Amino acid sequence: MSTFPADFAVLEPFADWAIPTERARYAKRMACTMDELQAFYDAAFPRLEAGTDYLRSVQLDGISEQDKRLLWLFCALVTVSFPVEVWRQPKVPDSGASSIDAVLEPAV
Amino acid sequence: MAHFTKPDEGSWTEHFNIDTTPVSYEDSISPEHYELERDAIFRRTWLNVGRVERLPRVGSYFTKELDAARTSVIVVKGADKTVRAFHNVCRHRGNKLVWNDYPREETSGVCRQFTCKYHGWRYDLEGQLTFVQQESEFFDLDKGDFGLVPVRCEVWEGFIFVNFDDEDTTSLRDYMGRLGAGIEGYPFHEMTQVHTYRAEVGSNWKLFIDAFMEFYHAPVLHAKQATQEESRKLQGYGYEALHYDVDGPHEVVSSWGGMAPPKDETMVKPIERVLRSGLFGVWDAPDIGIDELPPGLNPARHPAWGEDSFLFFPNFMLLVWKPNWYLTYHYWPTSYNTHIFETSLYFVPPKTAYERLQQELAVVTFKEYGLQDGNTLEATQTMLESRAVTEFPLCDQEVMLRHLHATARKYVSEYQQKRQAETPVRISAAS
Repeated sequence: MSTFPADFAVLEPFADWAIPTERARYAKRMACTMDELQAFYDAAFPRLEAGTDYLRSVQLDGISEQDKRLLWLFCALVTVSFPVEVWRQPKVPDSGASSIDAVLEPAV
Repeated sequence: MAHFTKPDEGSWTEHFNIDTTPVSYEDSISPEHYELERDAIFRRTWLNVGRVERLPRVGSYFTKELDAARTSVIVVKGADKTVRAFHNVCRHRGNKLVWNDYPREETSGVCRQFTCKYHGWRYDLEGQLTFVQQESEFFDLDKGDFGLVPVRCEVWEGFIFVNFDDEDTTSLRDYMGRLGAGIEGYPFHEMTQVHTYRAEVGSNWKLFIDAFMEFYHAPVLHAKQATQEESRKLQGYGYEALHYDVDGPHEVVSSWGGMAPPKDETMVKPIERVLRSGLFGVWDAPDIGIDELPPGLNPARHPAWGEDSFLFFPNFMLLVWKPNWYLTYHYWPTSYNTHIFETSLYFVPPKTAYERLQQELAVVTFKEYGLQDGNTLEATQTMLESRAVTEFPLCDQEVMLRHLHATARKYVSEYQQKRQAETPVRISAAS
């Protein structure tokens, strides 16, 4: 079975971005180069833009495994959107050694 | 020129009868002063330790490390569904009763009773000692005398508070005062989807409250968050609050919030346009079942209203946003120049994948801002400690900072006076 629903098959090469927690998504962002973040963003953003109607139809109650992975992947797109759209670097500028870590987050 | 009306006195600061001269931050850089604050403030006020949703069942519990108040507490829902708090200490030899792996880390769960790891003493959910290992070895031990030590615990609008001052009889509701009463009835219980973040911050606890009780900094520190053109515009306008209010030790700043949704979508980033969400929350506000806000929210009844930031002294901030969500900040001191910052963002549970993504964007955006704020504080703390400059001018949009620091100093001086009055006079022998 493919990782994502058929309409999103083009995202298959980025399946490693389907990460269930914000903490882990953020860790991956920090471990990537800007080129890697940009490549993921360039592939995923148009799919999000074209897929909003579909995502509105996906109920969280009883969500399928494919849809769940798709949701995680788009959560990761949210995570990389700041570096790509604003910062031009993985890290928040002037944030030094400070960190803010998720300690509790919803399961999906 | 002012965009929003100010009180007749000409400024908010003078309206509240607060001194307008430059301020000292000695109260934020002195280890001795912090030691006084621990007893004068953190052992003498109502402290919010969380929401009732964290205790869904009989036997649900969580622990809270309260270093500033020199203790750790267990908060638990009893068999009678009442929420109680106890000092987290076994009556036998003083071991910390509830912890996992690391004694200084908080924990939570569901249980039928609490069992001490050390010698197996057991306590029920109401704190009664129910089992003593080898009880016959003890000397006239009456289990009724060795229950867990209770901490005053009351609930306001679903927020659980504890208070270590056994002499004070002020109820939580009275303590919350007019500002608390003004927001009673807001459906906090509808917003049960929670994201919690935690950070160790290298500054005095009051300095981070300062950062969130003024928005004078926002157009500058967070300039890069907006598109370049928008950012220039925002800096040109500067920041003015719609309204400020104080009641006793508590305070509120009410702000405009034209960004959810923005007037012009080209003002915001591409992902915000697609997900219809951002720092101010999800643009499509969910139904929360009320027709009108309680009178304490948007107190100026301004059409441009976006958000109210309440500080319930000493360290609990509650932010209610126009698009029907809220967040909390807590600042838990660990020394005079460090504290643990906790924030929780609360939403109506999302029904669809799209709604979940909208909330994710609001949460993540908050984090990006918070990282900038946190690091700036460390920069402030280190230079305040240099004492190269000792007096700082604060503007009218920083009125709440003056009120907070004055309140905190007042608690300390009143505590010192009380302690002095209680100290027996020593008559020294003539030499």
